[in-house]
Amino acid sequence: MYGIAMAKGLLVTLKNLAKKPFTVQYPEERVKQHPRFRGEEFVWYEERCTGCASCAKYCPLGIIKIVTTPSETAPAEGDKYRLEVFDIAINQCMFCGLCVEACPYDALFMGSGFEQGQYSRKEMVIGIDQLRQAEKRPSTFFRPQLEDAGYDPKDGRPLHWEEVGRESWQWHQREKAGMMIDRPVPSDLLPQEPPVDSSFVEDSQAAPAPTPGEEAE
Amino acid sequence: MPIQTEPMTVNIGPQHPSTHGVFRLRVTFDGENILEVEPIFGYLHRGTEKLAEERNYVQIVTLTDRLDYVSSMINNQAYCLAVEDLLDLEVPQRAKYLRTLTAELQRVASHLMGIGFFLQDLGTLGTPLMYAFRSRERILDLFEMLCGARITVSYMRPGGVFFDAPDDFWPALDQFLKDFETEYKEIEQLILENEIVMVRTRGVSVLPLDLAINASVSGPVLRASGLDWDWRKMDPYDAYDRMEFDVPIATGGDNYDRFWVRIQEIHQSIRMVKQCIQQIEPGPIRADVPLILRPKPGAEAYGRVEASKGELAFYLVSDGGISPYRCKVRSPSLINLTVTEHLLVGWKLADMIVTLGSLDINMGEVDR
Repeated sequence: MYGIAMAKGLLVTLKNLAKKPFTVQYPEERVKQHPRFRGEEFVWYEERCTGCASCAKYCPLGIIKIVTTPSETAPAEGDKYRLEVFDIAINQCMFCGLCVEACPYDALFMGSGFEQGQYSRKEMVIGIDQLRQAEKRPSTFFRPQLEDAGYDPKDGRPLHWEEVGRESWQWHQREKAGMMIDRPVPSDLLPQEPPVDSSFVEDSQAAPAPTPGEEAE
Repeated sequence: MPIQTEPMTVNIGPQHPSTHGVFRLRVTFDGENILEVEPIFGYLHRGTEKLAEERNYVQIVTLTDRLDYVSSMINNQAYCLAVEDLLDLEVPQRAKYLRTLTAELQRVASHLMGIGFFLQDLGTLGTPLMYAFRSRERILDLFEMLCGARITVSYMRPGGVFFDAPDDFWPALDQFLKDFETEYKEIEQLILENEIVMVRTRGVSVLPLDLAINASVSGPVLRASGLDWDWRKMDPYDAYDRMEFDVPIATGGDNYDRFWVRIQEIHQSIRMVKQCIQQIEPGPIRADVPLILRPKPGAEAYGRVEASKGELAFYLVSDGGISPYRCKVRSPSLINLTVTEHLLVGWKLADMIVTLGSLDINMGEVDR
């Protein structure tokens, strides 16, 4: 009896004929992207970054390049190393997220995009200016404070540096390695209009930029 | 007087869709009959073992994703077990359950791919493969929810997993298990008793049990030859000692039995996932370990798991530094490939591709 299998097969085909297709037509329709998605480009908060280069040391491929100089302001006044270069060679990046895991100050976050193809390899290196200007829609990967607030990078607004840190959720020091602990987290903790630290903005603008004349010499 | 034919040597691969990666077979045919087979591999060699010697213990987790890229979770698990053995780390209970759960989901995904490509090699042109991929896609979606990536997960770390599951993961997993029951039944009733599949695969390329044992074959290929050998039962790791499951055994050792064992293993894996959901309890998910690990000089460890293709093991030797002195990978696909010649000689060209599909090899793991 060779007909049975064919009849069975046709029956399955007929059943599926009436169903909605499982696939989506990509550029028009999209599947839901989860908030933890590890994508490009990286979200970096200069205000939170101390230039410790933990991310660069922990990157398995060594594609993060950081150059810092000590600024003239005294450390007692709350100043830190000034970042000159923060390059991420994103064409070599494998999006493992270890740099984000290593960052102790919540300054580096994974991004949430995946559609940034370029025509040349030079354009694939994300520089400090690009990181500064990029829209800050951080992924919630390894950042429980964002996840507890129910933040979704695809739906939510861009986040300010003051509202992404662990300290705004008052975490204990020991709880930083992603350990699940019973912690009381108010869900409405996201401030609507974060106050901008005007003194810091002035400070970063006051940083001496090399003039063209100096460079020529 | 019969017509004289001349043996002809044909290269199949390395760029051939049915060799499952960059794998080359030099086959000598007499007409359609196979006289000699020589498997040639190494086209995907990336030097994983050497690269591991210059990365620290957590960074190597990202390398293990790329070994057998259809079962990354299980690779992570094998490596993490080796490092935990090296450092005598105690893994929290919740992490053990999360690892077991994700490893079993990954086994389902890997076996679905194995079944789908086996049937594709048989000439079913897409339909069962797409049915298998439909379910696999749901599993990968769950992984994206869990750890942010679908294939290169890097979910586990020495000492646990890097993060707990988000709140919406558990309802999504329940929904998947509900849908998978009907989806899988559909695949099963379509192909398991199919006459064409039976005629093409029953009694073809039989692997006798003594050869299987002598060649150190493991996984579904060994169990299809009739030996009850599963590391999850023999030497339970993570939470497998608290799981109830059966090990499906077939006795024929032919292509159909290898295919049948995989189909049955999916049922057992789903059973284990359900048990994990019931037994898992809140708690810490990672042992309190620093980011840079330093084992004692001279320490060595061998961590093995029952991966979807067979016994996967990592052998690590430490010299006291932040990276291992030696990292050896025992990959099941490579060792299962060594019996290719015995399986193929005497059979026909059309059976060759099917037999290769029934071994379910993965070139990322063979060449490392």
